[in-house]
Amino acid sequence: MNTGAFIAIAIVTLSAAMAAATLRKLMHAALSFALAIVGLAAFFFLVGAEFVGLALVFIYIGAVAVLIVFTILLTRRDVEKDHGFKWGGVVIAAAVFAGLTWSILKTQSTAIVAPQIRALTVKQIGQALMTTYVWPMQCVGLLLTAALIGALLLVIEEKP
Amino acid sequence: MSKSIDQIFVSAKHWLLSWLAGSPDWLIQIASSLVNIFALLAVFLTLFALMSVLERKILGRIQNRYGPNRVGPFGLFQPVADGIKMLIKEDIVPARADKSVHFLAPILIAAAAILALGVIPYGRNMTPFGIDGGILFFFAVGSTTELAVFMAGWGSNNKFSMLGAMRAIAQMFSYELPLFVTVLPIVMVVGSLSPDRIVAAQAEYTYGLVPRWFVFTPWGAAAFILFFVAGLAESNRTPFDVPEGESEIVAGHMTEYSGFKYATFFMAEYIGMFAISGLGLTLFLGGWHAPARVLEFLPSYLWFFGKLSVLLMVYVWVRGTLPRTRIDQIMNLAWKFMVPMAFTCVIAAAVWHYAGRGLRGWLWSLIVIASVYTLLSIVLDTRRKFAPRVYRFAE
Repeated sequence: MNTGAFIAIAIVTLSAAMAAATLRKLMHAALSFALAIVGLAAFFFLVGAEFVGLALVFIYIGAVAVLIVFTILLTRRDVEKDHGFKWGGVVIAAAVFAGLTWSILKTQSTAIVAPQIRALTVKQIGQALMTTYVWPMQCVGLLLTAALIGALLLVIEEKP
Repeated sequence: MSKSIDQIFVSAKHWLLSWLAGSPDWLIQIASSLVNIFALLAVFLTLFALMSVLERKILGRIQNRYGPNRVGPFGLFQPVADGIKMLIKEDIVPARADKSVHFLAPILIAAAAILALGVIPYGRNMTPFGIDGGILFFFAVGSTTELAVFMAGWGSNNKFSMLGAMRAIAQMFSYELPLFVTVLPIVMVVGSLSPDRIVAAQAEYTYGLVPRWFVFTPWGAAAFILFFVAGLAESNRTPFDVPEGESEIVAGHMTEYSGFKYATFFMAEYIGMFAISGLGLTLFLGGWHAPARVLEFLPSYLWFFGKLSVLLMVYVWVRGTLPRTRIDQIMNLAWKFMVPMAFTCVIAAAVWHYAGRGLRGWLWSLIVIASVYTLLSIVLDTRRKFAPRVYRFAE
């Protein structure tokens, strides 16, 4: 059952990712990206990491995907235009792929058997965030607050 | 006897699944999910049909007219006529529309609304999809609605649609924050994200009389009111229905939809309303628990749907009473009032917890809520002198 589900989800995720990379219309590509994120979240559900999967949907569909479509809507006038095939992109993609493959092969982690760990509950994640990782989390909070204030400053209207 | 009636739907499901005894595990799992999904859809689509006619009748009463009263007894078969009309209407897709996006938007919006129903406990042992992070699931699924609304606006290739979608997304984003933050105190106090655990935490009675629902604490009452208002805005109901404001932008993101696709949007809106009220009563009003010990002989699902109908009645009542607000008023309310108040609820819940969850904690959290509310109402007081209205974007 798990293998069947894994294959089905993998097919959906990969084809959505391929569509996101190849579709001509930018908006369709952005929506395919959202579908690929749903596929990734389904993977996390499959291995029992519900919290990570839900956070992924929450952040990437609810916020990032909406941000992307809005950016496309508000900045690009040539959304429908075909930009043609660019060899530079191929070179960069191949370089990234080769780098990742090289580093994965070098780590030898493929040879190590994954240790048996119990599924994390939301409670454990919360405790780790509030004790061990409390300072990094506060830093992230500060950064987000700064971003919020920055966005407000950008749109604040000047008194005539 | 009352116990067997309470569990009648659970035992019915077990009886159905017993036909499959001996078959592989995955088949039973799938069948069990299918039974749940079928039951959920049957109940809530019926409720949708009932609600659509009751809402029109109650609105009619509020406005001193009859409402639908021609089809069937008391006009009760009106939804059947409406359904047939919607089904056989012509489905028009604009020539310049983005066909696939235009087609997918209503499906996505309805799927999100229906998925959100899955995590709500409808009675004892009656949670269709009981996962550990149920509350998070509800909001994660709900956040995909924004993308669906955008798809509807973009796919229609129409300026009214796009404007409506922009309004809807701005409003939903703004109210999602207070909606989510008002849930936090409950999650903190119960120590779990699972709706079942939250309902279980509200089971007992203080002094054997007052049920221990969270709405009876000061922070719970404040959070419930905020949750209800934010829920109104999330489901685009009056007085927050500017996204479809038909007097300005036709019908917002639904302008270019006709026939059954329009009906799907309509259905998604109502089902979203059921889901948000269901979650609200699970969090604050004790879920399926009876309000008094002597009334516990009635089955749990009756209490759930009783409370749900009361909440829905309030929705209709609000719609019949309040006029539509302007978009800037909506945004001001969300960011200047609801967000600070929601965070205050979190603090008040913490105060309540550390003061011992008794009468002392009750009073202390009341003080916190009342002082912040007074402060906000002084700061946000807009009763200035009357002055000519200034138009910023028009001459």
